[in-house]
Amino acid sequence: MGRSVLVVDDETNIVMSLEFLMRQAGFEVRVARDGEQALDEMAKQAPDLILLDVMMPKRDGYDVCQTVRANPEWKNVRIIMLTAKGRDIEREKGLALGADDYITKPFSTREVVERVRQYLS
Amino acid sequence: MLNPWLVIPVALAYLFLLFALAWWGDRRADQGKSLISWPGIYALSIAVYCTSWTFYGSVGRAASSGVGFLPIYLGPTLMASLWWILLRKMARVSKAQRVTSIADFLSARYGKSTLLGGLVTVIAVIGIMPYISLQLKAVSASFQALVLAVPEHKAVPPVFEDTAFYVALLLAAFAILFGTRHIDASERHEGMVAAIAFESLIKLVAFMAVGLFVCFGFFQSPAQLFEVAAADPQLLRLFTIPDAKAMGDFVALTLLSGLVIITLPRQFQVAVVENVSEDHIRHAAWMFPLYLLLINIFVLPIALAGRLAFGPDANPDLFVLDLPLGAGQSALALFAFLGGLSAATGMIIVETVALATMVCNDLVMPALLRLAPSHLKDRADLSGLLLSIRRWAIVGVVGLGYLYAHFIGQSYALVSIGLVSFAAAAQFAPALLGGIFWKGGTRAGALCGLSAGALIWFYTLLLPSFARSGWISGAFIETGPFGLELLKPYALFGLSGFDSITHALIWSMLANLGLYVAVSLVSSQGTLERIQATMFVDALKPAGESSGGRFWRGTAQMADLLALTARFIGTENAERAFAAHAAERGFELSAMDVVDADFVAFAERLLAGAIGAASARVMVASVAKGEVMGLTEVMEILDEASQVIAYSQKLEAASAELKAANERLTELDRLKDDFVSTVTHELRTPLTSIRSFSEILRDNPDLDLTQRQEFLRIVVEESERLTRLINQVLDLAKVEAGSLGWDIRPMDAVEVMEAALAATRRLAQDKGIVIEELLPKAPLQVLADRDRLIQVLINLLSNAVKFTPQSNGRIRAELVVRDDGILFTVSDNGPGVPEAHHEAIFDKFRQVSDKQTGKPSGTGLGLAISRGIVEHLNGRVWVESQPGFGATFHVLLPRA
Repeated sequence: MGRSVLVVDDETNIVMSLEFLMRQAGFEVRVARDGEQALDEMAKQAPDLILLDVMMPKRDGYDVCQTVRANPEWKNVRIIMLTAKGRDIEREKGLALGADDYITKPFSTREVVERVRQYLS
Repeated sequence: MLNPWLVIPVALAYLFLLFALAWWGDRRADQGKSLISWPGIYALSIAVYCTSWTFYGSVGRAASSGVGFLPIYLGPTLMASLWWILLRKMARVSKAQRVTSIADFLSARYGKSTLLGGLVTVIAVIGIMPYISLQLKAVSASFQALVLAVPEHKAVPPVFEDTAFYVALLLAAFAILFGTRHIDASERHEGMVAAIAFESLIKLVAFMAVGLFVCFGFFQSPAQLFEVAAADPQLLRLFTIPDAKAMGDFVALTLLSGLVIITLPRQFQVAVVENVSEDHIRHAAWMFPLYLLLINIFVLPIALAGRLAFGPDANPDLFVLDLPLGAGQSALALFAFLGGLSAATGMIIVETVALATMVCNDLVMPALLRLAPSHLKDRADLSGLLLSIRRWAIVGVVGLGYLYAHFIGQSYALVSIGLVSFAAAAQFAPALLGGIFWKGGTRAGALCGLSAGALIWFYTLLLPSFARSGWISGAFIETGPFGLELLKPYALFGLSGFDSITHALIWSMLANLGLYVAVSLVSSQGTLERIQATMFVDALKPAGESSGGRFWRGTAQMADLLALTARFIGTENAERAFAAHAAERGFELSAMDVVDADFVAFAERLLAGAIGAASARVMVASVAKGEVMGLTEVMEILDEASQVIAYSQKLEAASAELKAANERLTELDRLKDDFVSTVTHELRTPLTSIRSFSEILRDNPDLDLTQRQEFLRIVVEESERLTRLINQVLDLAKVEAGSLGWDIRPMDAVEVMEAALAATRRLAQDKGIVIEELLPKAPLQVLADRDRLIQVLINLLSNAVKFTPQSNGRIRAELVVRDDGILFTVSDNGPGVPEAHHEAIFDKFRQVSDKQTGKPSGTGLGLAISRGIVEHLNGRVWVESQPGFGATFHVLLPRA
């Protein structure tokens, strides 16, 4: 069974590009448009990795990250945060909350794919 | 009878001896081998209290009223028991403050008040005038008694034939020689004190010699004398206990003399100013009463013997001389004369020196400082000026005394004249005692009490003495001025039955003490006054405020300070004192250019010794660039000055303002930071899509056409979004900075609204929405910038389109005229805006619907820009909405 990635972002176009990239890299892809949907998807079936946007309606990326990390069942789920806010403090906050990595938007598509592969190999 | 050519040389020789003693005493003092370090000298110098009044007058008084002479000595004896507290305190304060006289003392206590010092001086000079005259009268009368067979002291001789005149000249010269040979900082006269003590000894020995002679020469023993006297019923009366009325006078005189033992200028001089050791006070407290006892033992025997020898018509004031003379004991008579001369000269020397110091320091110097300060500044050496002021003051004081003796004193007995002066000096007591025991006593209280007491004294004692001598009409004594019985000077307000002295004492003290206390209670103290009050009242408290605890702000050059001091006390003295003080503190004088607070305070004290506290303060302030302040003064200023409190409140307010401004800045900074962060986010988001798809297209050349087209469309769309965002950010920045170009003029609102509608109709139609237009037919003139207004209306209309549901969405555009302007309204049936967000949606990047319906496709800047524009057009934009019932946006603009 192939590795699965959950793409969470409220920007349709960004979700579309990430979905394309992950599928092309051979991962099973599901998407969510906000934090709530993301946790719903998690509940259905936990992915191996989450590409998680920070600024989202309803529940933001930090919130989702914290919730995932609070659940021991999901301790193996890798989380890569995506954010358009490039300040160090946000990066540190994400890592402190248990994210494995942190990618600043706009990102290099090759780098995203490379990082995801790294975590899922 | 003695040959005047024997008496005069002997008297002069005696005075020369005194002068030599004084000179030697000063020499010894300069060499540091003080003559007066023995407490007995101090006690003897206080015995300057016993003047010719005691020497001749007590006998006179005893001969007429028996034990009536006693209260004058009983009062001081009782008072001496309090000296350890009272006198010690006064001495300590005086030393600390370099007080030179009682006027200086009171002036210093009440805030270094020149007015008070001047008042005390004037009262003292006028009040002591009779007392001086008493001495002159006594010396000349005793001289005449000695050299003339038939005394003729009742007549008023022409001035140049008047013995008293020559006595006055002689004594004035003598006082000048003693008291003003040099001027020094401490204002102590050790030589003079030694001479005075010697005189006290002489007068005691002389008087006791006469007493012993009377008791054992005339009679076998004192017992026999009293026996003989008791046989005479008139004389028996003299040594019986007084009746009730006389008892009242007795008590009053005891009180009076108890007060003046410290308030008489000369007593203050010897007991306080000339005190070298506090320990002396302890000894003097028993030595001085002992002296009084000794000198009074023989008063009654001499008086009785005189009456027995010369009968009731003889002048009892001269019994001391007449008895030895009558018995042919010329040598003893001459010795007694020298004793009387000692009593008189001692009093006149100390009194005139004390008064001259007061006149100089508290009257002339303040006046000169006020009237001709430049004159003082120009003179290089002022010590000469000070000395001549004092010399002339001595001449003036003695001259006044002579005039009183010449014109008025003839009609009174010695004691009566002296008591008038006592009553005057007693006026200083309330302010003095209140000053050292009651911090609440104020300058105003002291001035009022002193003035009132002095006026009553003048009216009830001095004025009647003028009248009795025939210099003014005596009618007011008998019937009161203008026939007002209540104002009769000897029975003021109907108070009668007392001796005139007792009567005056009751009224003047009542007024003095009453006003002092009452006015002190209602008036307030100045800063300096309060500090001085504390310094005086707390003088004996251990640690306390030493003169060292001073702050001095500003700078003074050592050279200036030295020059100033030198001008008053002489260059040599000043340099020596400065060097000594510097050495004491471990400094090299020549190495000090700029001096510290302590040095300035030292110089001020030095000067205070020469010119008085008040004047010294003024002079030092002229050199010290800045202000000399005591530690307590600083504390009091902080404590009291309301302007300081107000100032600190202002400061507080200012700092609160600063804090608020700072907070505002921080807040602005935070907002800017947030704004930048948000803008960054908003810019990065479309950029992310653009970059992603561009890279996907680049990396996947073999994508199928449809997908390719789709990705390219997204790139273009996001690029447009980016452009729009950048434009809006720039727009907003311009609106906020006010740098947007404006073209504001009257225009047709209907036409503007139609233009905006035309631009958005297509957008609405795409979503299947119909815009309902409610526009007036006739044009409505509005004052606006056309392009900006259209921008605002398009923003509102496109927002409405964005938020209304597909297909059943409804939008209404309205235009209404109101009293306060033209109202543009855009309503929709979208989700509406919760009341809490009615204001917030106009903020930058506030997208209210964020958490409800997903992210709307906007920048979040539209409404913020709209508000900026409307406000610039002097209008208002606001929303009315309830969640679930749509939203209505209003723009109100002024009519043209």
